[in-house]
Amino acid sequence: MSDNKVKVTIDGITVEVENGTTILNAARQIGGDIVPPAMCYYSKLKGSGGKCRTCIVKVSKGSEKDPRPMPKLVASCRTTVMDGMEVQNITSPEVLEARAGVVEILLINHPLDCPVCDQAGECDLQDLGYEHGLQKTRYEFERRTFERIDIGDKIQLHMNRCILCYRCVYTADQLTDGRVHGVLNRGDHSEISTYIEQAIDNDFSGNVIDVCPVGALTDRTFRFKNRVWFTKPVDAHRDCPTCSGKVTLWYKGPDVLRVTARKDQFGEVEEFICNTCRFETKNTSDWTIIEPTKISDTSVIAANHYETLRPLPVIKTNEQLREANKKELEKTIKY
Amino acid sequence: MDSLSNKKKVLEQKPLTLGERLYLPAITKGLSITFSHLFKKAATVRYPEVEREFSTNYRGLHSLKRDEEGRERCTACGLCALSCPAEAITMIAAERKADEKHLYREEKYAATYEINMLRCIFCGLCEEACPKEAIYLDGPIVPADYLRKDFIYGKEKLVEKPLEK
Repeated sequence: MSDNKVKVTIDGITVEVENGTTILNAARQIGGDIVPPAMCYYSKLKGSGGKCRTCIVKVSKGSEKDPRPMPKLVASCRTTVMDGMEVQNITSPEVLEARAGVVEILLINHPLDCPVCDQAGECDLQDLGYEHGLQKTRYEFERRTFERIDIGDKIQLHMNRCILCYRCVYTADQLTDGRVHGVLNRGDHSEISTYIEQAIDNDFSGNVIDVCPVGALTDRTFRFKNRVWFTKPVDAHRDCPTCSGKVTLWYKGPDVLRVTARKDQFGEVEEFICNTCRFETKNTSDWTIIEPTKISDTSVIAANHYETLRPLPVIKTNEQLREANKKELEKTIKY
Repeated sequence: MDSLSNKKKVLEQKPLTLGERLYLPAITKGLSITFSHLFKKAATVRYPEVEREFSTNYRGLHSLKRDEEGRERCTACGLCALSCPAEAITMIAAERKADEKHLYREEKYAATYEINMLRCIFCGLCEEACPKEAIYLDGPIVPADYLRKDFIYGKEKLVEKPLEK
């Protein structure tokens, strides 16, 4: 084993990763069900993570040298691995219970207006809520409410739905020049703002829509146009002078209703796209279509698309019966 | 050829007796049964003038409900259309304007809402899927019609009558 590689065991699966990797990224290298969910961590955004606490895991063995377990559950996006560390995610009931609690807290101020929200169907918070059996809320008090804010003419901010993950703030800080997007006030009063509702003019400002894990930042050009699961995603590209031009087009019939960046298996965009690609070019003729986007069978977006038309066989083939039928058929031909 | 099922019965056909050959006793016997039914209670009702009582969980024509203030409950979330196994439901959503707050309950509403009654199998999944308690299959039997296009019911046929003030 070289010096800069460490061994870490997550839910009984051992993986060798670079020194300094976080537990979350080590789990992502293994993949599958053991990857902790992440609402605020975004691998493409420097400094993100550590806010939402949905990625908490239990460290049952600190390292080879110091095998004591960590006293509390730790945020896997911010904790780096040690050699010989043993981590429990879905194998620990304690973690699952704590995570359900975190989800419940995230939903305290969430308006639960999924039937109206354009993000429904591809919302991380919705998935998380359903995975942890929290379709209902126990919260009885008045939720904090804000007015809708239009950030420019293309992006809309619903502060009610925001879970303060700060992803959009990091996006605005790191992709755009000059700080035009940030968080005002503190604690329960925190609010995403653009400093006196100043419109973002940067070419890449539309990416805040893609990084938002909930429906707080949505595309105004797609507002109430259709539900996500009735549209059909198709990978396409175009020669764009400002960005990579690699996008997903969301079709309804012959019309492109929406353009987003391509997302990987962890729901993170592969490459950020510019506003021209996102908002201005919504004709099939603007794009070179590659292939239908791969959608997981468990996603609601895959519902009613019938992509894999392979129904299970109802009757097993019975050679004896087939032979008997053949004989009967021959009889009818004879007479 | 041997029988495949061994259930074959061989019927013997005997020649008719004199009584059977006369036919008349058999005809009078049959007709007397027919006439006796004239004086019995009819098994059918005269639909559509008379309708039978439906069971309480009968699923008939859909209706889109209004809330206690007379606003439409449907918010065009599309879950009914998603759950529909026959794909009978289509809708187009629209955003509520500031002066329409008395008409629609949520900020989004269904501008058009169509159910194809020829496709619908009245399974009631739309009713179950609805998060807003907006659609119920509590109407009568869908009436017959001549043209296929007339079976596509829009909002004018589905939405409940506005509240009487």
